[in-house]
Amino acid sequence: MTIAGGWYLGLAAVLFAIGALGLLVRRNILVMFMCVELMLNAANLTFVTFARMLSDIGGQVLVFFVLVVAAAEVVVGLGIVVAIFRRRNSAVADDLHLMKG
Amino acid sequence: MSPSLLLGVAAATPRFRTPHIDYLSILPILIMMGGAVAIVVVSSLVRRQLRTGVGTLLAIVTSLAALGASLTQWADVADHGAKVTIAGAVAYDGFSVFIQVTVSIAMLLTVLVGDGYLRREDVGGPELYVLALLSASGAMVMGSANDLIVIFLGLEIMSIALYVLAAFNHRRTESGEAALKYFILGSFSSAIFVYGIALVYGATGSTNLPEIADYLSKNVVASNGVLLAGLALLLVGFGFKIAAVPFHMWSPDVYQGAPSPVTGFMAAVAKAGAFAALLRVFVSSFGAERADWQPIVWALAILSLVVGAVLALSQRDVKRMLAYSSINQAGFILLGVQAADGRGVAASLYYVFVYTFMIIGTFAVVTVLARTGDRGHDLSEYRGLAKRQPLLAGALAILLLAQAGVPFTTGFLAKFQVVAAAVDAHSYALAAVAMASGAIAAFFYLRVAIAMYSPAGASGDDASHEPAGAAGAGVGGEAGSAGSGSPAGSGMADPVGAAGGRGGAVGVAAPGVAMLSLQVLTDEAPSPEVAGRTVPVPALAATALGLAVAFTVVFGIVPAPIVDFAHRATLLFL
Repeated sequence: MTIAGGWYLGLAAVLFAIGALGLLVRRNILVMFMCVELMLNAANLTFVTFARMLSDIGGQVLVFFVLVVAAAEVVVGLGIVVAIFRRRNSAVADDLHLMKG
Repeated sequence: MSPSLLLGVAAATPRFRTPHIDYLSILPILIMMGGAVAIVVVSSLVRRQLRTGVGTLLAIVTSLAALGASLTQWADVADHGAKVTIAGAVAYDGFSVFIQVTVSIAMLLTVLVGDGYLRREDVGGPELYVLALLSASGAMVMGSANDLIVIFLGLEIMSIALYVLAAFNHRRTESGEAALKYFILGSFSSAIFVYGIALVYGATGSTNLPEIADYLSKNVVASNGVLLAGLALLLVGFGFKIAAVPFHMWSPDVYQGAPSPVTGFMAAVAKAGAFAALLRVFVSSFGAERADWQPIVWALAILSLVVGAVLALSQRDVKRMLAYSSINQAGFILLGVQAADGRGVAASLYYVFVYTFMIIGTFAVVTVLARTGDRGHDLSEYRGLAKRQPLLAGALAILLLAQAGVPFTTGFLAKFQVVAAAVDAHSYALAAVAMASGAIAAFFYLRVAIAMYSPAGASGDDASHEPAGAAGAGVGGEAGSAGSGSPAGSGMADPVGAAGGRGGAVGVAAPGVAMLSLQVLTDEAPSPEVAGRTVPVPALAATALGLAVAFTVVFGIVPAPIVDFAHRATLLFL
């Protein structure tokens, strides 16, 4: 059974929207990370679907680039979170309010 | 998949052809990355922590090598013309070389400023240089990328290093907070950017910029929702990186919290890289769709110009004020993007190039004035500076006036060119708003300048000045700044000192102190009463400042070479 590409694109769009909304709504930094990952993977799903629809291998290769970048981003991000957590024992975005204006 | 099947596939494929790599076209990028790796290797080979001076030396050599390589490229492109290499992924044209020159210079100036900062703050070794070099290489990749996914890779190489750089000063709580805010919003914008690439890929069947342009010129896609959504998402991603309103929310906090030399680097390099990619993608690839994206850029430009200028007025923290000012400047550069023609591109490139000098020079002064702990950023710290350290105040005044667009500086010409480009493109309203916001912006630049040249209040008498001058040989007070300013080769530094009123004494002290202050730098801690009055100016930071001021003034008076440079970069634009 084959499913039309449009469904995959729709699913990716929904995932992307969930990720974007979650990033804006949630206050825990780790959950915000996950939301970013969700958005990146939605983009990956879109790449793969379009590559399939266009019969072009290029789009599938791009997914690897995005995966590598996502991994690098998480490594750095978690490093920053750990550094902050050691200082103030909290991973909640609302606690970051030293600077305003 | 079984091994035999795998072999069968390999046998059926005639030969795996690797693309030809023209190494000259990516030489500056390789030098930057190689320099970063070399510093890491050297610092892990020595038994104790690498001395700051060694790291600085390596970073300076790397930046100079990258600058030399970029200039070699410039000659090569001028002789042999532009081309694409590495299977069409990298463009090698005047435009890419221009960005590589800009980024190399920004890197060089940042290293000069960063050396004094590292010595003063004692926050670890050469990692600052390693990360900055990697970040600069990312910006260079963005400048020469000819494929959306390569732009994304460049963007991420640049940004990920910048996230860490923002957190670099682990003694300051604000530094970590800035890094986290930058990281969250930066990765959010990256995800939006990637989704935009995916949609554009779906609509046009390629991520290669010339292929996209080719497809768009042959097919009518006026009502293609996927393509338009992709374009909009790409624009949002770029908007975050250049800090255009309404995607600017991160920038004041990050500018304020990040270590001062890093803020200058961020303002110069991240803007250069992001604007380079923005210009290449929208003006060159999506030129056929300009009717769709020009209104959005128009709105971004107006919002950035107005919001940046107005919000900067109410800031007391100078770094925060500079953040809003940089949002305002991004609005000006967007004028050139919105014009979307050769003149607009040349104006934007010129703006980015001269802004690099202005902003890094400004942050050199901010770094020096912040004192140990990187805290003295309040406007009150600048009060009476002209009396204490006339050279420093004069340099900062020149750089701020240049950012305000005062004639006989490069800043005036930059603003003039983008506004002229907007008028040429019949965006009269935009040009008018830009000039009005320029007038508002002049107010807050002048506010800092006036604070510097107004008396410092009760503690501003001249009698207790003499100890500072005498101790200047050691701690580089007023005399130290004069001494280290002179070998910078800045022709403008001396007249400024004379205009500062204490020219005689400074001039006499300068030759003798020049050697001393070069050696001693800031190793000796100033005594409390001296620290309350003058700040030590490290020789390297003074060199960077001198270069920035000299460039801003000399090429403001003799504009032809740089204008011509930007113009020719546009002519050799693929």
